[in-house]
This record gives sequence, structure tokens and C-alpha cells, in this order.
Amino acid sequence: MMHTVILEGRGDAGEWREAARALLLGGIEPRLVDWQVPRDLGPGLFEPQQEPFKALPEASPSRQPTVPRAFLTLAESVLCHSDPGRFALLYRLLWRLQQNRDLLSIKADGDVAEAFAMEKSVRRDSHKMKAFVRFKEIEGEGSRRRFVAWFEPDHHIVARTAPFFQRRFNDMDWLILTPKGSAAWDGRQLQVSLEPAGKPDIMDATDDLWRTYFTHIFNPARLKVRAMQSEMPKKYWKNLPEAELIPGLIASAETRVRSMLKEAASQPPVRHERRQAIAFEAPEGEGALSSLAHEASACTRCPLHAHATQTVFGEGKEEAEIMFIGEQPGDREDIAGRPFVGPAGQIFDRALMQAGIDRSRAYVTNAVKHFKYEPRGKRRIHKRPDSGEIAHCRWWLQKELEVVRPKVIVALGATAVEGLLGDRTAYQKLKGQAIALNEETVLIVTIHPSYLLRLPDEAARAREAEGFEAMVRLAGDRLAGVGLG
Amino acid sequence: MKKSLKERLAILSDAAKYDASCASSGTTKRHSGTSGGLGSTEGSGICHAYAPDGRCISLLKILMTNFCIYDCAYCINRSSSNVERARFTADEIVWLTTEFYRRNYIEGLFLSSGIIRSADYTMEQMVKVARDLRQVHQFRGYIHLKTIPEASPLLIEEAGLYADRLSINIELPTDKGIANLAPEKRPETIRKSMGELRMKMEDMAEPTLVGKKVRKFVPAGQSTQMIVGADGADDATILTSSARLYSSYELKRVYYSAFSPIPDSSRALPLSKPPLMREHRLYQADWLYRFYGFDVNEITGGLDNGMLDLDLDPKLSWALSHRDRFPVDVNRGDKAMLLRVPGFGTKTVKSILQTRRSMRIGLEHLARMGVSLRKAKPFITADGWTPLRLIDRSDLRQMFAPQPEQLSLFG
Repeated sequence: MMHTVILEGRGDAGEWREAARALLLGGIEPRLVDWQVPRDLGPGLFEPQQEPFKALPEASPSRQPTVPRAFLTLAESVLCHSDPGRFALLYRLLWRLQQNRDLLSIKADGDVAEAFAMEKSVRRDSHKMKAFVRFKEIEGEGSRRRFVAWFEPDHHIVARTAPFFQRRFNDMDWLILTPKGSAAWDGRQLQVSLEPAGKPDIMDATDDLWRTYFTHIFNPARLKVRAMQSEMPKKYWKNLPEAELIPGLIASAETRVRSMLKEAASQPPVRHERRQAIAFEAPEGEGALSSLAHEASACTRCPLHAHATQTVFGEGKEEAEIMFIGEQPGDREDIAGRPFVGPAGQIFDRALMQAGIDRSRAYVTNAVKHFKYEPRGKRRIHKRPDSGEIAHCRWWLQKELEVVRPKVIVALGATAVEGLLGDRTAYQKLKGQAIALNEETVLIVTIHPSYLLRLPDEAARAREAEGFEAMVRLAGDRLAGVGLG
Repeated sequence: MKKSLKERLAILSDAAKYDASCASSGTTKRHSGTSGGLGSTEGSGICHAYAPDGRCISLLKILMTNFCIYDCAYCINRSSSNVERARFTADEIVWLTTEFYRRNYIEGLFLSSGIIRSADYTMEQMVKVARDLRQVHQFRGYIHLKTIPEASPLLIEEAGLYADRLSINIELPTDKGIANLAPEKRPETIRKSMGELRMKMEDMAEPTLVGKKVRKFVPAGQSTQMIVGADGADDATILTSSARLYSSYELKRVYYSAFSPIPDSSRALPLSKPPLMREHRLYQADWLYRFYGFDVNEITGGLDNGMLDLDLDPKLSWALSHRDRFPVDVNRGDKAMLLRVPGFGTKTVKSILQTRRSMRIGLEHLARMGVSLRKAKPFITADGWTPLRLIDRSDLRQMFAPQPEQLSLFG
């Protein structure tokens, strides 16, 4: 026996759920249900001849059907679709879900794919409603302004989309009318009606400004009519104030471009010449180190400058007795524009503190002044500078040494030694030693603190850290030895 | 005679249209239902209209003024151009934004400006617009401000408290290009400014001492734009440059803007149609790099003359030159390789991984997931499908390349 179910079919999920529940409990197979909405019967014929579902068999309370939450969400959405087949499709899914609760995860299943396609089309329609509703202002009452809009959706989406407008347009009264229901907000209550509404006849002067904007934001040299129409299909045009301009804009685009291309460049206006006379200059610092740093900020001696954010020059006073030389700025240093402020900088600071060296009285710099790296997604991977880059940057390091003339130099890692001595192999020989560079200057060679961050083996790390700290202490002692600790 | 609001709107939207960005997504969710006022942002942006150039109109994209003391050759507003000039007051911009918003034309405002008097003066005026919108008019919609790299960091910090997104345009892919075409701009200043913004975003993300609440600062992040086709930089240079920008400054987007003829254009620049297909291919390559696990060197490695193939999308192009990595078994292949199959999007791959837990996948199932089988078939095996010799065909490229008469469309 066929069971006929007659629903309102205006997007209300409750009526279908109730019917489907009764059918399922009654064990009625999907193929035996005929789902109808009054409109299918034609106007004036709303006199169901067949048995309504109330006459369905009584449910046995022992078999309460359950469904995954995902199905209910999907059903609520699919029920808003205007396809007459939606009720049967959902009941079929509900029926099959009793056998296979994971059915919805099989996206390749015909019923599942169809339901999700309907869900998508409802979602899109609702999205387009959010996009293409155009409010027009009418006279308001009291302090609140009042707006009215007319929109023609494909599906029964007014109820599910209305809360969006409430959240957005809270401080004004509004009314959205559609052939599939209407929604209204007065600052206190959101009212939704599923009854079809008629089109109002309203004008709003601001639409003219909007059309001006639409005309002038369009670039005639980039005409892509199909791209426009796929996102703003013609069916929406009749209710968009700007759409009437589209044919004209398309038609004149080519002429406009041709005249732009043909036109020769004109003479610059007078004010331009006046302005060009004023030079753009950056302020310059005072003192030997400041002017060195200023000069270095525009350094283009090697290609690294174009990839890094900025030159990270040395930091400290001209009178500093001790100079620390690292390898190159890292990610943090590159952004901050200061040496040793990243993770390696923290190890460095700790070692200085333990050795009783005041960082503000030391000069801290790097052998290479720009950060060299490889991009990896959202991060930058440190890359060791090569001998060419170190050699180019030696020029700056030598200048820093000439100005500061430190008594103690601490070279941190192989690049620092190479930058200082110009010899790539010297580090291996000198590591862990203190040697006199000349009568006034002692050089202490140790690892770069970032080496400690890279060592995976804990014991090795502890050993290296101890050696590093010992060398920094030694530097501190030497400094105390020259009487300025 | 003073120009009317409508006349100035015409001039200052004409002046703004060369900035490609119109995104209004990715910011915090907020609405006027709880906090009063006007407006909301709900994660994904909304395009309220489309112009016949196919571009979405989501924001009111205007310049505060198109007077400018800079003379960047590619720019319609450069000081040597005879284009008509105009200026909005802060109040006029606020009025236009809220009135357009109330009629549901837009998601918010994207405000940029020519530089008048000084970088700080200009930035101050722009910050005032954003501050008034937020504090006087309780505006909760989207705000994107173009920041001026030379402006004081304090102003940029204030801008970040009101704006959802800030952007600084790198303009051209190489420092040399900037020196040639935008003589007053300094690439190192632009990079430094992006770096400072990244640092501030990271600092602000740290909880404060007083409360656990994180302060909101540019919740939709920063972006930038590069002009394509105004200088001689090839695609490999452009992509390498954008990879560096993504890795260095936590950029949400690098926009590529095909250089387009402008009224009263400079003698220094090519007078030709904008390279739209090239721009499209760059975006596709950018996507591969950001969402499909490709390294930038993989994309740029095999290019002819450093240029992406205009006839084929870069993923298909990569697959054709790495045929030894195919076919991929859709029922067993790992995620990384599935992502490299031409015709498979990130959503398709997700559906495949989910579906194959409960059943074997054949071609008809892929079709239901929305896969273009014509594109994918030669590169996969599926239940009941093996491409066999298809992958070895020497005319595989011809199968995908557009027919010659279509080529003229892109010429």
C-alpha cells in the first residue's frame, strides 16, 4: 500500500521529522511513501484524497530510531531546498542509516552525494542572500532608521538566514520581503513569516552613489565577463541597483582601453617639478659608530641584502673593552634589527651574566650583517654564509674593530673566526683557546651558542655548554685583568 | 569650484582600483547583536557584487586622497601624472562607509591614500577614519588599512588596534625594480615595516600581565601586493620573492596584480594589455606552495626561461615533467602524493581519505566527488582503472594544452 504524506514544504524541518519518524517506526519502506506538498496538487485542490500519515500504524515503543547528529543538520538544510524530491531522498537516507550508521561518510554514494549537493546549493543560496540583499531606506519612527529589501531566493532560506541580518544590522529596523517568506527586526524581536510577500516599490538616493562606485572600481583593461557571471548570475541582476550598468560598462571597455593605450604621456604638472626639487633624505646618526651603522644600513656589497629585512649592525659603545663576534643575525634579529636577541641570544645573555660581564658595556656584533636563510612555508631555515659573503662583510667588521679597539675579542663559532682572520680552517685549530693577537688584544675562540640549540644529545650538550660558559668566564677574567670588569 | 561628493567618489575609486586585495575574511567573529552598534564579521568574507572585470567587490575600496608626493611610474596617482585630483575628509569616508554598509553593499572599508605632506600626516588621517568608525560609530564591520612604511611605528600600532588587516605593498619583486620604477620608495624600509608589524603581532599575541585576555591586534594579519609585468622580473623571481615574504613576515596573502594600462601613463612602462593569464598562473603556483606541500624550488626548478607555462596550470605542468611519480593509487597513495594529482583539490583529497576507509574507490566515485576525470585519469589508478600506457604517451601534453585558436584569447 502507498502512503501519501502531505507537507507544507516551506523549509520547516519539524513537519518532515515528525512524519519520517512515524513512517520509520511503522517500518514503512521508502519506496512505499509518496511525499507531496500542497502546491503539487494545484491551487484550490488542497483536499487530500489519500490517507494522511496520521493513519499510519502505531509505533512500537521498543524500537526508538536514532540518527547521527550530522544527519539532522544535513536534513535541516536539505529540507530548505525547493526540489520536490528532497523529502523522499532524506527518508531513503534515514532508512539506510539504520543499517549503516557511517553512510554519510561515503561521499561517493549516490544518495549521499545528492543530499550534499542540495545542502551545498541551499548554503550557496543563503550566502547569496547575505551578499545580494539591498536595503533601501524608508521613513522611520523615532530615533531608529528603517530599511526595506526585496530578494528572490531559489530555496526556502529566509528563516535560516534572517539571524545573520539581525547580528549585522542591530541598530536599525529592517524588513526583508521575498516570495518565499519574510523577516523583520525592530530592535527587540526577530520575526519570520513563511508566507509569500509582494515586491515593494521604493527608491533610495544612495543607490546612485553606489552605482558611481561600481562604475569606477571597474578596470576596463581586465574585462572578464564570465568570471563575473559565474559569481553573480543574471537571475539576481533584476534586484541589484548596480546591475543595470553592466552592459554599458562591457560595451565601452575596449574603446576606453584603446584610448588609454593611444594617449601619449602628457607633461607633468608644475607641482610635480616643485616637489622633485625637494630631496628625500634619511637622518644621519652622530659619532663614528652611528655613521658606520648608517652607512651599513644601505650596504649592497653582497646579494644577501635583498632577501633579509635589514642590516643588523653591531651594538655597544665605542669605549667597550670586549667585543663578541657571532655568525649572522637569525630570524628574530633580522626582524628586531639587533644582534643576539633570539633563542641563541638568551643563552648568550645567561653566559654573560654568570661570568659577570655587563652586556651594555660590551660590543656585540656578527661576522655577517644580513640574515641568510631558505624559506620553508611560514618559517625561515638558517643557512650558513659562504666565504664570499663573509669576505664582503669583513669590511664592516674591520671598521668596527678599528673604532672600538677592544682588549678582548670573543669569536663565537667558525664564521666569526673566518670573518676576523680570513681563514676558513682556523676555527678547528683555535677552538677552546685564548691567544694573543698582538700586545694589546687577546682572542678567545669558542662555539656559537646556537650550536647548543641544535645538539640533540643531552650529555654532549651539557659538555659543550660547560666549555662555552668556561670560555666566556675566561673572557670575563681577562677583562677584569685589564682592570675594567 | 569644489567637486561634489559623487565626483570625488568617482576619482578616488578610479584611483584605488589597481589594488587587487578585497578580502574580508579571516578576522575575529564579532557582531552588533551583543555589543550594539552596526556590523558583524563571521569568519568568511562576503562578496557583495562583481564588476565586469570578474573581481569581487567586498569592501569600499577608496583612496583618502590621490594627491601624492611620490612618483612611482606604474601608479595612476604618481605626482607627474595629470590625472584629476581630489580628497575626502575623514567624516566623508566614515559617512560613505556606514551608509554603504547599512544598505548591504559592502563588508567594510579598504582605505589607502596618496602621500600628502608627510608619511606621518597621511597615516594620522587614515587612523582617524578607523578610530572614528570604531569608537564614535561603533562600527563592527571589516577595516583594511594600507599602511605607509615610513610612518611612525606608534601610528601603525594604533592603526592595528582598529583595523582587521594592515598591508604594505612591496610593489615589485626585486629591489632593482623598486629603485627603477618607484625611486622614492626604499625596499629595506618596506621590509623593515613588515618585520615590525610581524613583531607587534607576535608581542600582542602574548597574554598581558593583568588579564588572560589577549589584545586584539590586526586579527586578519598583513598582506602585500606585487605588480606583475611592469619590470623584467620572471615568474621564478616573483615566486621566490613571495616565498621569502611568506616565510619572513607571516603574510596572509601576497597579491599579484597584472600591470594594467592607466590613464596618462608613464613613458617608462610597457603599453600593452595586462598579462591576466600570467597573473592567474602565478596565483595557482602560489596556492601549490601554500596548500599543496610544494617547495618553491620544485615549482620554479623546471621552468623555461623562468616562466610558468601559460597553456597548462602549474600542477599539471609539474606532473607531466615528473611522470615517474605517477600513477598514484587513490585507494592506497599517501596524502602528500594525492595532493599532487592534477584535478584533485584539497577537499577531494580529504573526501578520498575519508571514503576509502569504508570502500574501494573507482572512477565513478571520483566523478561524484567533483573530480575532473579528464585531468586526473592519466595520473591515477583506481578500482577498475589503470592508465597503463596513457602515462607514457608522448602526446600527453597536447591532450591538455588548449587548441591553437583559443590561444589568441590570451595574446
